[in-house]
Amino acid sequence: MKHRYLPMTEEDKKVMLETIGVNSVEELFSDIPESVRFQGEYNIKAAKPETALMKELMQMSEKNADLKKYTNFLGAGVYDHYQPIIVDHVISRSEFYTAYTPYQPEISQGELQAIFEFQTMICELTGMDVANASMYDGGTAIAEAAMLSAGHTRRKKVLVSSALHPETKEVVKTYAKGQYIEVIEVPHQNGVTDVEALKELMTDEIAAVIVQYPNFFGRIEPLKELEPIIHEKNALFVVSSNPLSLGALTPPGKFGADIVAGDAQPFGIPAGFGGPHCGYFTVTNKLLRKVPGRLIGQTVDEQGRRGFVLTLQAREQHIRRDKATSNICSNQALLALAAAVAMTALGKKGVNEMAVANIQKANYAKNLFKENGFTVAFDGASFNEFIVQLNKPIKQINQDLLKKGIIGGYDLGRDFPELENHMLIAVTELRTKKEIDTLVKELGDYHA
Amino acid sequence: MHNQDQALIFEISKPGRVGYSLPEMDVPTVELEQLLPEGYIREEAPELPEVFELDIMRHYTALSNRNHGIDSGFYPLGSCTMKYNPKINENVARFAGFAHIHPLQDESSVQGALELMYDLQEHLIEITGMDQVTLQSAAGAHGEWTGLMMIRAYHEANGDTNRTKVIVPDSAHGTNPASATVAGFETITVKSNEHGLVDLEDLRRVVGEDTAALMLTNPNTLGLFEENILEMAEIVHSAGGKLYYDGANLNAVLSKARPGDMGFDVVHLNLHKTFTGPHGGGGPGSGPVGVKADLIPFLPKPLVTKRGEEFVLDYDRPQSIGRVKPYYGNFGINVRAYTYIRSMGPDGLKAVTEYAVLNANYMMRRLAPHFDLPFDRHCKHEFVLSGRRQKKLGVRTLDIAKRLLDFGYHPPTIYFPLNVEECIMIEPTETESKETLDGFIDKMIQIAREAEENPEIVQEAPHSTVVGRLDETLAARKPVLRYQKQ
Repeated sequence: MKHRYLPMTEEDKKVMLETIGVNSVEELFSDIPESVRFQGEYNIKAAKPETALMKELMQMSEKNADLKKYTNFLGAGVYDHYQPIIVDHVISRSEFYTAYTPYQPEISQGELQAIFEFQTMICELTGMDVANASMYDGGTAIAEAAMLSAGHTRRKKVLVSSALHPETKEVVKTYAKGQYIEVIEVPHQNGVTDVEALKELMTDEIAAVIVQYPNFFGRIEPLKELEPIIHEKNALFVVSSNPLSLGALTPPGKFGADIVAGDAQPFGIPAGFGGPHCGYFTVTNKLLRKVPGRLIGQTVDEQGRRGFVLTLQAREQHIRRDKATSNICSNQALLALAAAVAMTALGKKGVNEMAVANIQKANYAKNLFKENGFTVAFDGASFNEFIVQLNKPIKQINQDLLKKGIIGGYDLGRDFPELENHMLIAVTELRTKKEIDTLVKELGDYHA
Repeated sequence: MHNQDQALIFEISKPGRVGYSLPEMDVPTVELEQLLPEGYIREEAPELPEVFELDIMRHYTALSNRNHGIDSGFYPLGSCTMKYNPKINENVARFAGFAHIHPLQDESSVQGALELMYDLQEHLIEITGMDQVTLQSAAGAHGEWTGLMMIRAYHEANGDTNRTKVIVPDSAHGTNPASATVAGFETITVKSNEHGLVDLEDLRRVVGEDTAALMLTNPNTLGLFEENILEMAEIVHSAGGKLYYDGANLNAVLSKARPGDMGFDVVHLNLHKTFTGPHGGGGPGSGPVGVKADLIPFLPKPLVTKRGEEFVLDYDRPQSIGRVKPYYGNFGINVRAYTYIRSMGPDGLKAVTEYAVLNANYMMRRLAPHFDLPFDRHCKHEFVLSGRRQKKLGVRTLDIAKRLLDFGYHPPTIYFPLNVEECIMIEPTETESKETLDGFIDKMIQIAREAEENPEIVQEAPHSTVVGRLDETLAARKPVLRYQKQ
């Protein structure tokens, strides 16, 4: 067996077997009972040489309609944004991507410092005290927030806004089942969490209220009004937030949120068919020791030189084992690095400029739809998404749009029966006026 | 490595510099005050750095120089399978048709992606000997929890609601009990015997009507194959429990033994270990879960299936535990793993395990005279040494690990598993040459000699890294978790 990843020669093998004191490699497997031994080789596809495999997989990838070739108006939690070219150059450095968790800080200062900087930037954007080293994604980060809240308050009910991302909602429900937590939905009113309904649902048994800002419909939730209702019952105020939007919007930390979490995908991370993305998780100082996942902290070495380490590990699974409140034992380090590079490239000015560009372009598109007689559902202050009512099933319309090189918006009827034939349209800073005008024109036939 | 303080990106920030190139604003704009409600327009800008492109590249290049990856040097970190990360994987994962597709696009426009996922599932089904696989779990620990949630749903569907306990060996990774807790179970520990294997008598004692599952890694975290696996399966199954396989160590048994044939009902794999999705500095991973037929109804939804010639996402799964993650898992890592499997083929995967095990046994035999070998038998892909001989000389395993840094090696896993004193856990993997193994062994022998002749040099290591040993107590006592402008 000769393979470019496998260095052993026959001569090496011979010397090594002699050192071990066996005659064959097979002898080393003699402890596996015959009855469970797998005989022969797997019935899988034969190995392909490098060039041929590249070609085959390139052809497979070309069966997909990608966002580089198509004009994309689909968002719903995953967005098509400006990705500074340097991001991929940095994360392609193999000192980063072929390393593991920085268990040996002396030879992992690069990773540790980069994540420390990531934590700082996430704190700055969210207006929170503490950010962890990242989570799998926004959905599981919010589920962890629900679990943290239940553990912290010793209560077993969580309220989620019906305007929370439907897939996040589903993930929260799956995690909640594991922890015997009841998940109750708060209805929305014209696309934002219904404040009166929330008041009625709030009791002393509620561990947390989870809302999304901007929410799944693109709307700006009234965080200021929600906060006192939640805290009056000593529940935790959890906000799922698109961190890019916080370049222009008042951060949830300013409104008294206890936990702000979400996905940093808008910062330099490709849509990638849904993953890997980069969950982030932030809390107030009060909840510092309840944070799931890894934390990077600053310290000094024996000579007083600044350095960074994994810290407060007493919270984590490898120490607490069955007493752990979260089982996460990794982070999305490489994607956190990607997000940090993108946030660095954008910087203080760029993050605001990019967020505002989303608001402006989406607003232009929304008005153009209205001017052309379309009905915009849940119209109101929004970030980069809005809803247009059409006259046919969205799935069908999207299949038509694909033929014209356009990836249409999200079919809200999938999750909200009352929103059948409603399309959630995302307009990011990447969409040009011409592309927006074309979309409005192409949808002209589907006028509701 | 450069022995100087590395500025934080915030410390080289200068107002007026930019590092971005945003698209043109080609639509008419309006005052933000007209678009957002009062109080919702950010007043205080976030303190992100203001730097230009070359400074950004120099900053991150400097950071990368302060980091050790597999491409930098040998990385025998036990239990983590730090094998070579093939470069073709990176190229394929960056094809626009894989990297830049949206998870909510119409299925007809992502047939290539669904085909890859489907074919990866089929390959993993064959490799594990299971009946179906989901790719939705994001990492090993996430896969464990997914598997346990399915086991819980299975028992509940049978009206078997008193199965509240999950049994794990004392050598288990900390995620096993933590995952059990998060899935709503109580953890019971089963002891290991003097051979480092699960004590069957103790297993019989702890198994009962309340047993939901036994979680097992095979070979176990000591690198030893649980020879009595079929008997263990029998004990657990006859009590009505399920057998869970932690696939952390699958690199040891490719083409040699399949979890499905060993009696396991649920398996999770770590595609970032055995199947070379890179570790990324601590993530992302990918933790697919395989199940036997009776657990298929409980798999997370959606599941990629084939309808005629078309690949589809099947949401019609009424008994599913639900979603464990938005969308369909860490697709980018799955693309890399698929590329790897297709690069190796059946004979390649067989060779992987044979060389991984050969390398581990060779290292173990060469190091055995110099360190204590708690379990003297053939190991699989990794082995454990004990540093208790050196400890008596005042040199702890931690010191040995730090001394290895001076020689450009990433140290082995230390102080795990917990049931071996001063544990040193070494996993060479199959992608390392004999010369690399010999170089590392020579240094380990040198360190053992230094422990006897010149212990200070080991105790005070490392001597050549950009920072020395860091004060972890200070970090935990006075947490500084972010930069604050002075």
